Amino acid sequence: MSTQVSLEERFQARIDAEQKIEPKDWMPEAYRKTLIRQISQHAHSEVVGMLPEGNWITRAPSLRRKVALLAKIQDEAGHGLYLYSAAETLGISREELYNELLSGKAKYSSIFNYPTLTWADMGAVGWLVDGAAIMNQVALCKCSYGPYARAMVRVCKEESFHQRQGFELLLTLSKGTPEQHAMAQDAINRWWWPSMMMFGPNDSDSPHSAQSMRWKIKQKFVDMIAEQIKVLNMTLPDPDLRWNEERGHYDFGTIDWTEFNEVLKGNGPCNRERLAARRKAWEEGAWVREAAMAHAAKRQQSV
Amino acid sequence: MANSSEFPLWEVFIRSHGGLNHKHVGSLHAADAQMALEHARDVYTRRMEGVSIWVVPSTAITASDPADTDPFFEPAKDKIYRHPTFYDIPEGLKHM
Ligand SMILES: [Fe+2]
Ligand SMILES: [Fe+2]
Repeated sequence: MSTQVSLEERFQARIDAEQKIEPKDWMPEAYRKTLIRQISQHAHSEVVGMLPEGNWITRAPSLRRKVALLAKIQDEAGHGLYLYSAAETLGISREELYNELLSGKAKYSSIFNYPTLTWADMGAVGWLVDGAAIMNQVALCKCSYGPYARAMVRVCKEESFHQRQGFELLLTLSKGTPEQHAMAQDAINRWWWPSMMMFGPNDSDSPHSAQSMRWKIKQKFVDMIAEQIKVLNMTLPDPDLRWNEERGHYDFGTIDWTEFNEVLKGNGPCNRERLAARRKAWEEGAWVREAAMAHAAKRQQSV
Repeated sequence: MANSSEFPLWEVFIRSHGGLNHKHVGSLHAADAQMALEHARDVYTRRMEGVSIWVVPSTAITASDPADTDPFFEPAKDKIYRHPTFYDIPEGLKHM
C-alpha cells in the first residue's frame, strides 16, 4: 500500500515538473487507460480520415492536384501508424486496436462521417478540417506521455502543407468561373460547422480548465479563418460572425448540437460506409498478410 | 484472427545526414527485415529525412530498468574529476 502511494506521488511529481512519462515507467492504471483510448481514437481518426479524400483521387482535375492529394492521404496513413505505435507502447496490440475500430467499439472523429460531394470539398477539408486539427494537435505536442508527444511533433510538422494546399485549391476555384466560385462557397458552407465541432462541446459555461483551453483554441481558429476567408473572397455561413472591437476577437454563433449528436450516435451520412470500407480493406488484405508471414517463416528456415 | 498472424514489431533507427549517428525514430510492424526496411522508408523518410535506416526486432533490445535509474547511473554521479572544470589552471593560460 505504502509503496503504491509513493509510486503515485513520484508519478505526480514528475507530471508536475513537466517531465515526460516513458513506456516502461510506472503509471496509474487510469492514466494508461485514458491514454490508450485517446491515442487510439486519434489513430483511428487519421486512418478513417483517408476515406473522404480517397474518394477524389481518381477525379483530381490535374496531375499537380492529384500528387498533392495522394501525398496528403499518404501522410494521414503515416500519422495513423505513428499513433498506433505510440498506443502499443502502453501494452495493447495492433490487432486489438484494429478490432476495436472494425467492430465499431472504438470511436473516431465524427468529422469524417460527412460526405465529400464535390472537388471543392478537397479544398475545404484541407483548409478547415486540417486547419482545426492542427490547432488541436499543437497542444498535444506537449502532452506528458513521451511516445505520444513525439508522434505529435512529427504529425504537426507534416500537417502544415495539408492546410496550405487546401487553401490554394479554394483560392484557385474562387478566381475561376462563377460556377467554380459557387462550388467553393458551397463546400465552405457545408464544412464550416462540422469543423467548429472538432473543438468539442463546451460552451463557455463550463468551468473545466481543459474546456476553457479548448474554447481559447476555438476562438483562435475563428479569428484566423475569419481573416483568411476575406482573401478567398468568400463568406462563412454564420450570421452572428462579426468583429468585436472590445474583445479584440470575432464573435460567432452557436453550434447546432442536435445534428452533431446524431452523427456521433452513428446516424451521420457516412458512418456505416466508413466502417464498411475499413472492414473490406482489412478482410481483403488478409491473404496478403498471411502470405507475407508464410514467406518470412520459410526464409528463416532456409537460412 | 489469431494473434500469431500479427506481424512482429521492429524498432527503426535513421541516420538523417552523412556523418551523424543513427537515431531511434519509432517502430512498425513487418513480416520480415526487408519489409521492415521498406515500410520504414515509406513511413519515416517521406521527406528525405534519412540516408540510412536500421531496423531491429523489438524483442532483441535489452533496456535498462526505469525503476533502477538512480542506482544504475549512480557510479558516475560523484566523479566530478572526470570533467575539465574540476582542474584549476592559471587565468591567463591559453589554448587549454
Ligand atoms: Fe493527420
Ligand atoms: Fe492532415
